[in-house]
Amino acid sequence: MKARVTVTLKTGILDPQGKAIEGALKSLGVAGVASVRQGKVFDIEIADGDRAGAETRLKDAAEKLLANTVIENYRIEISG
Amino acid sequence: MNAAVIVFPGINRERDMARTLELVSGREPAMVWHAETALPAGTDLVVVPGGFSYGDYLRCGAIAARAPVMDAVRAFAGNGGLVLGVCNGFQILCEAGLLPGVLMRNAQLKFICKDVYLKVERSGTAFTRGYNAGQVIRVPVAHGEGNFVADADTIARIEGEGRVVFRYCAPDGALSPAWNVNGSTNAIAGIVSEAGNVLGMMPHPENHVEAAMGRTDGRGLFAGLFEHLGQAA
Repeated sequence: MKARVTVTLKTGILDPQGKAIEGALKSLGVAGVASVRQGKVFDIEIADGDRAGAETRLKDAAEKLLANTVIENYRIEISG
Repeated sequence: MNAAVIVFPGINRERDMARTLELVSGREPAMVWHAETALPAGTDLVVVPGGFSYGDYLRCGAIAARAPVMDAVRAFAGNGGLVLGVCNGFQILCEAGLLPGVLMRNAQLKFICKDVYLKVERSGTAFTRGYNAGQVIRVPVAHGEGNFVADADTIARIEGEGRVVFRYCAPDGALSPAWNVNGSTNAIAGIVSEAGNVLGMMPHPENHVEAAMGRTDGRGLFAGLFEHLGQAA
């Protein structure tokens, strides 16, 4: 079973890296970029188990390690 | 003083720290590998030193904070044991939930390696009894992620409880954005836990402890700890 956990900064948390990327895109002449926020993507393969079990374990992984919930949100997607 | 210095892969300031602890206390600290599950018997001070544990992968301090030894450190702190985290050690203690908040990328996106001025906000802690409240000390920083951030409620709580013990300041102690080297909220450079027995700070007091280093401003922290533990024993 394949899963993807996406970790993004919470609204209101300053993202200097995103700001720098935003500036670089603007200086490259990429039009219409209003703002950029940087995040992280984890592609995780679950060895066995059912979908509900996988979701529980992924939530556990996100809470315990993948995201720092002081500043970050996470989203879990499971695909087949 | 029976200090234990925790050693993670990628840490590089553990020997500076061990040298300072021995200089001040006359006793060599135990070096405790991250895979250990217990602290040496009789440990009365745990130090989480600076460096780049696990290459700063995922988030600074995130992986080290989940190492086996950290359960022992958490239990030690829970029993009132003194824990000092410097630089990466501060990041690790935040990630481990022993201190609130998080250290984000420096506001100006640069790694900063230079001396800074710190205002000692409180002298009434085991870590700052060697200083007077309001005193300004000069110590080095060396970090890319030292920008202290927490939600507004947390900031209000730690400020209200007097848990901010060090702030970045001008040489005369004045607070201004120009001297807040990394953009930390309220120029916060160091905080203590609710019970006051865990201190995390970004600057390196262990690097200003003897004349050959140019300054000795950091020595008061360790001398104060030594005195505190001597009285407690």
